[in-house]
Amino acid sequence: MGARIALTVGAAAFAMLLLSAALPPAQAGAPSADGKYLSPSEMASSPDGRFLYVVCERSDELLVLSAKDFAILQRIRVGHIPRTVAVSRDGRRVFVTNSWDDTVSVIEVAKTNTATSEAGTGAVTRTIATGAEPYGVVVDRSGKTLYVANRISNDVSVIDVASGVERKRLTAGHGASYLTLSADGSRVYCTHVYPRIGAQRTVPQSEITVIDTAREMVVERIPLDGVAGMFHVAVSADGRLGVVAQMRPKNLVPLAHVEHGWVFGHSLTVFGADVGADANVAAGGAIEVPLDELEHYYSLQYGVAITPDKSRIYVTASGSDVVTVLDTKRLLAFAHSHRKPFVNDLSASANYVIARIAVGKNPRGAVMSPNGQRLYVANRMDDTLSVIEVASNKLVRTIELGGSNNISALRRGEQLFNTSRYAFQGQFSCANCHIDATFDGLTWDLEPDGFGKDIVDNRLIEDLAGTEPFKWNGGNPSMAQECGPRTEMYFYRSQSYTPPELADLVDYIYSLPTRPNRFRPRDGQLTEVQERGKAIFFRTVNKFGKEIPETNQCAYCHSGPKYTSQKKFDVGTGKWTDRSPIFDTPQLVNIALTAPYLHDESARSLEEIWTVFNPHDQHGSTNDLTKDELNDLIEYLRTL
Amino acid sequence: MKLRLLSLILLVTLPLAGAVKSGVGKPAASGSRAKIETPASTLSSLSLPQFRWENYTTANGLPDNHVFVVLVDGDRLWAGTENGLALLEGGKWKVFTPKDGLAHRAVLSLALDKSTGDLWVGTMAGLSHISAGRIDTYTQLNSGLSNDVVYGVGVQGDFVWTATAAGASRLNTRTGEWSLYNERNTPMAEIWTYAVSAAADKVYYAVWGSGVLEYTVATGRWKDYTDPDGENELVLFKDQGLIHKITTSVSYVDDTLWVATYFGDSRYDGRSWHNFLTKDSGLPSNFTNQVKGVDGTRAWFCTDKGLAYYDGVNWAVYRPALETGTPEMYVRDASGKVTPVAVKTAPAHNYILGIDFQGDDVWVATAKGLSHGIRQK
Repeated sequence: MGARIALTVGAAAFAMLLLSAALPPAQAGAPSADGKYLSPSEMASSPDGRFLYVVCERSDELLVLSAKDFAILQRIRVGHIPRTVAVSRDGRRVFVTNSWDDTVSVIEVAKTNTATSEAGTGAVTRTIATGAEPYGVVVDRSGKTLYVANRISNDVSVIDVASGVERKRLTAGHGASYLTLSADGSRVYCTHVYPRIGAQRTVPQSEITVIDTAREMVVERIPLDGVAGMFHVAVSADGRLGVVAQMRPKNLVPLAHVEHGWVFGHSLTVFGADVGADANVAAGGAIEVPLDELEHYYSLQYGVAITPDKSRIYVTASGSDVVTVLDTKRLLAFAHSHRKPFVNDLSASANYVIARIAVGKNPRGAVMSPNGQRLYVANRMDDTLSVIEVASNKLVRTIELGGSNNISALRRGEQLFNTSRYAFQGQFSCANCHIDATFDGLTWDLEPDGFGKDIVDNRLIEDLAGTEPFKWNGGNPSMAQECGPRTEMYFYRSQSYTPPELADLVDYIYSLPTRPNRFRPRDGQLTEVQERGKAIFFRTVNKFGKEIPETNQCAYCHSGPKYTSQKKFDVGTGKWTDRSPIFDTPQLVNIALTAPYLHDESARSLEEIWTVFNPHDQHGSTNDLTKDELNDLIEYLRTL
Repeated sequence: MKLRLLSLILLVTLPLAGAVKSGVGKPAASGSRAKIETPASTLSSLSLPQFRWENYTTANGLPDNHVFVVLVDGDRLWAGTENGLALLEGGKWKVFTPKDGLAHRAVLSLALDKSTGDLWVGTMAGLSHISAGRIDTYTQLNSGLSNDVVYGVGVQGDFVWTATAAGASRLNTRTGEWSLYNERNTPMAEIWTYAVSAAADKVYYAVWGSGVLEYTVATGRWKDYTDPDGENELVLFKDQGLIHKITTSVSYVDDTLWVATYFGDSRYDGRSWHNFLTKDSGLPSNFTNQVKGVDGTRAWFCTDKGLAYYDGVNWAVYRPALETGTPEMYVRDASGKVTPVAVKTAPAHNYILGIDFQGDDVWVATAKGLSHGIRQK
């Protein structure tokens, strides 16, 4: 008995200590404690609808709001760059993924007001390890099992909530990011922001990964032909209709020069029993439906919500600052009556889109109130929430979350990066191709030099200072030229940024930091394998004692802190489609994340750069290496 | 070229004499209708299993009669053949080939990740990973896999171990890192690895010409077990060690290692070895393609002259008779007495390549079809 009392007292004291560690409650609209921007991106509602939990990517916070008056009840510090949030069915636990820490913050929520906390608020009590770069999170109906989509490791962690132990990893798709749990709890659906790494110049392929929660196994992969990037997924309360926000290139090799037609299509995939009864259904029971209009586009569909009665579907167009409202009945009727795919018919949306609601800047996550009366939208670039009345489809309120009112040049640049208003007919923004400052997994034909010429890979754009010039042919000496005249001429086909705007955008892009390298040991000490690979990278003599010509040494071209000499070379990788075989030396920072490789994405893996595309030792002297040694080299490269 | 190739050649050139002479359609109950003459008391007193065999061939949906490997996955059955990977589910066959993304049509090895339900497939041209119908393939060109000829594959937690024609490879499925094990970092004189048996604490490799390699998970260290007689195919002292260094299969179960070679079989319990030869056991042949332990005492042996079961004391052999092809079963007791058991059915062929268990039933890969042994009570 005595021991039990001691334990109870100790636990209470510990809980109070944790609660006191949370940031104090703040008033709605009051500036954030540290004066930074918030970048609210995702939300979740408490099951009873009384509270809203808002993830703020920039400030590393979770905001707890009263859904009654939108007062900010609490700001809870979580991990670095939090992405999404889930609430347990009993409302007692909230889970937040911390994408740069590879963790989930577990927040215990007070059920009723106490001396130390208000109902709905709580404190981080535990941090659970996940896979690399966790994004989406859902908790099963029992509250015992957590599912986390890991963007870099391309899988889903299955975690025991009680112990915090990751039970298993399930293979997902490329860039696994968003999850939703079916209403009956039997299935978890996972979407992916990048297409599968396939053969060069083939149609992008994506999938909806379906997990059986009873067995904790992937039981289905619904194929999505031609889809490049997928974002949120939602399933109706009756489990019969699933919806995914997505984008797809119009052409096999996307053409950025829009005078030849539109570039991206912004669409939904609808799937499930409501869809699958018709003959007009691809394998896996999915239909793609366009959301754009003939002469106007709604770029980068992101968040999705379905009303409880399934009558309406809401989709945020994050580049267009709009929420699109679809009539589900009309949508399904149109889909069932059109037997051929119509995703590229931009006139189709007029048949089922019933409203376009202007909201704040860069709307991302959308969540429906449990009673279906309100839609909440997180506007990432102006630190607000939009409240939409479902009955009228009107914006009824905008909630200031307390981000800094002083809009800096970098913030303006970030806003420019995420808006599509500068592109012809609003087709796309920088963020379409550089998803969350990365890439899109596509090869592009960027210049009007004839169809199929100079097919190029799209690169990661983090920490670019010192990597100039830009473009694979090294044609743009500066970021200002890259984002200014080049973008106007080849991408947007309309006058785009003013000089101050361009300066802001360039500053913002240069400010993008490098995400943590997941392959480098945390103590900085390379493993034996990595050390051996490093020795190969920096070697000057081959295994036969012969000196390697300077330009054939890895570290000669890939030199400096970013592993680029900023010079151009012919490394024998030019193809018949290239006007010149001479390419800029790409930086190697976080190279492990950016498959496929080479200027045209012809190498699907790091290995293929040398096993397939380096027959004459032009791209480094590697043909004397054994398979073991090549593996060592690759393990080192993955640490860069 | 190594004997493994000889084995493969034998597979495709075997005379039909050893095959059960029966028609095929839906699963065929093979063999003649010979009257069972053995007293039931003989079998029951020896506790040896008896089966009714149903055989699958190309005539009833199998993509090829040369079945290299069989794997039970709950109610489902996977068969790796020379012409595709076949899945028997709900009474229907589905076949995966390179058109579906499989690395190669000749499927040599299979391993199930029981945690995820994913299947790993070793082929003549790479390693394929099948997860809910999606196939991803690893080759020596597009990945760190040591060689495209993947004779064996095993799953140990987050690691996938492969036995290839150029050493062992280990894929860390969480990080994507490949680790290679060969003559450079293990006591592996030859790098032709044939089979792998992976458990939580140990991983064993059958290495052609190098005996058995043991990897201890806790320490990350390798140890080899070779034939004390060296190159000598004579067994100078019985049970002095591994029967022969030309090993073909390993099976690690209940802290006991079973090893198959083309010159007899061995069992090692961590302290002492016990060897099995035709001359002093119930083995129908010393040429063993696979051994699969049930526990530390019992095991199944897949030989070129039939399927053998050992219960720790007694032996049973199941096959079409070598001369006539008629169904045959016999038992050998502890005293060495051999008693025939009259049976109506037998495995599809006496050249046995693999076995797996489904409850009390067994599934057997043979040179001329896939066989389902349905346990008779």
